[in-house]
Amino acid sequence: MSEQTAQRRVGAPRRLGVLKTYKLFVGGKFPRSESGRVYEVVDAKGEWLANAPLSSRKDARDAVAAARKAFPGWSGATAYNRGQVLFRVAEMVEGRRAQFTSEVAAAEGLSAARASAQVDAAIDRIVWYAGWTDKIAQIAGGPNPVAGPFLNVSTPEPTGVVAVLAPQRSSLLGLISVLGPVLAGGGTAVLVASERAPLPALSFAEVLATSDVPGGVVNLLSGRTAELAAPLAAHRDVDALDLTGACGDPELVRELEVAAAENLKRVHRPRAGAGNGDAEDWAADPGTGRLLAFLETKTVWHPRGD
Amino acid sequence: MPTPPSSPPAAPRPPVTGTAPSQAELRSRLHGLPGVDAVGLEQRAAGLATRSIKTTAKAYALDLAISMVDLTTLEGSDTAGKVRALCAKAARPDPGDPTTPHTAAVCVYPDLAATAKEALAAAGAPQVEVAAVATAFPSGRASLRVKIADAEDAVAAGADEVDMVIDRGAFLSGDYLKVHEEIRAVKEACAAGPGAGARLKVIFENAELATYDNIRRASWLAMEAGADFIKTSTGKVGGAATLPATLLMLEAVRGYHAATGTRVGVKPAGGIRAAKDALRYLVVVNETAGPEWLTPDWFRFGASGLLGDLLMQRHKLATGAYSGAAYVTVD
Repeated sequence: MSEQTAQRRVGAPRRLGVLKTYKLFVGGKFPRSESGRVYEVVDAKGEWLANAPLSSRKDARDAVAAARKAFPGWSGATAYNRGQVLFRVAEMVEGRRAQFTSEVAAAEGLSAARASAQVDAAIDRIVWYAGWTDKIAQIAGGPNPVAGPFLNVSTPEPTGVVAVLAPQRSSLLGLISVLGPVLAGGGTAVLVASERAPLPALSFAEVLATSDVPGGVVNLLSGRTAELAAPLAAHRDVDALDLTGACGDPELVRELEVAAAENLKRVHRPRAGAGNGDAEDWAADPGTGRLLAFLETKTVWHPRGD
Repeated sequence: MPTPPSSPPAAPRPPVTGTAPSQAELRSRLHGLPGVDAVGLEQRAAGLATRSIKTTAKAYALDLAISMVDLTTLEGSDTAGKVRALCAKAARPDPGDPTTPHTAAVCVYPDLAATAKEALAAAGAPQVEVAAVATAFPSGRASLRVKIADAEDAVAAGADEVDMVIDRGAFLSGDYLKVHEEIRAVKEACAAGPGAGARLKVIFENAELATYDNIRRASWLAMEAGADFIKTSTGKVGGAATLPATLLMLEAVRGYHAATGTRVGVKPAGGIRAAKDALRYLVVVNETAGPEWLTPDWFRFGASGLLGDLLMQRHKLATGAYSGAAYVTVD
């Protein structure tokens, strides 16, 4: 009996691993690219990791439509509620720490310990922005002193649909550092993942889908940054553009700024020079600069009865 | 244009005479129509929906689709002001681009037809027609006397086109003669309209007819009774225009034209919101009925939101940049 079992084990076929199909995240769903294209993603040593969708401009168009549709709901939610949702995102990443650590290690060529530190910092960054949701109005707005019988109040409001080019090097911490401020302020995002290292971002979309973030609030595209940035910069229904992921290419930045000027998009171009290939040092204290970049100030004059 | 293989042969039928047919005669004729191959029909429609229309063909198709829109508002809350705004939009869909064609018609309730007529004249577009829904729209549940009065009212108010609904209850219970008589009576009421009389569109409400066979029967019934247009739906009841049902109705008008020489138009209405969908309908028109039907005289879209998307696609072709809802007027 036991001999028979042993024989069967020897003859049994080796188990085939199940490879993951990475997909886009648009409107709360996980579609393939409309174009049907994919491209090979390699690790820091040039070894094949997976295929990622190579998005087309039509995917970008669909993502903008989804973000526009989600905007009234997300911007209209209370700041407190947005904070809770973002905190929930942090909880979900915490639960998948091991997966993100190995994906970040492969994507950026880091040791396990350093990748783990990146994931820790990314989770803390989400909590940081979750905390800011109901506090930003106090530093970006308030009553203004005016010479007249008026109550004059300024409040920050979200700019709208923000197209964000995620940093090319920092695949998770950088991604979250550029996405967090848009969401905390009440904007909706079309996020273009790092061209070279999109896998942590595509897995992060699975976190967003399971953590009470309404569909369409974040739309993630992977592919050639330059190919996707052009239609997004020219798109009339995009209200702001974050050029972080294009900073390594001054010519592209110039073209995108020209296209964005057509409908007076708010453009955020970080100052270059953190020395890591990205424009910023993502480990540093983020401050409120990125939060304020995607807010508009509304000022109301109200007559005072005295 | 090659004839699609899925089309059934034109039904054998006697020529239309001036006298009303009997119930039995109508019944045997309508039930003698070939049955619809539902799977083949849907597959044909799905196949045609995959055609790709690009660049200059797309520009042509978008303008054609705009010129075929019956810009519609059929709400209980309609006001004269809303109708005037709609007429201004029909006359000049994109104020920023004078090359944009005007829509075919505006479609309103009969009591607002006079307002629409005046507003279109004031907007300098008297060629845009006024279509009024009548005959106890959308349910069709009223006596024939009331239905005729409703249609006469619409025509008297200046409606160039009357959209009537059939009595689905009578149709489904097999009382084809009643449906036939009602259409004939309303057609007579339309004759009092301007010129050769108001054109009559007959609405089936396909979703309530339940089967493709019934849609084919209703098409032939309406055409024999004198319909100038056959229309899929009211847009008021669940279930709107579908591509297969429209294809079926286009086959019917092609068959009727082949048999009698009389051309009848088709109007899908309800649920067509995207320019892409509109282009699919145009492909189906071209491939089923033929290019003769590709004019606002013989094909219409009953829609309101569709116009905005058509204009956005037009912007995209003109400027190369994707447009947004903030760049077209809202209804």
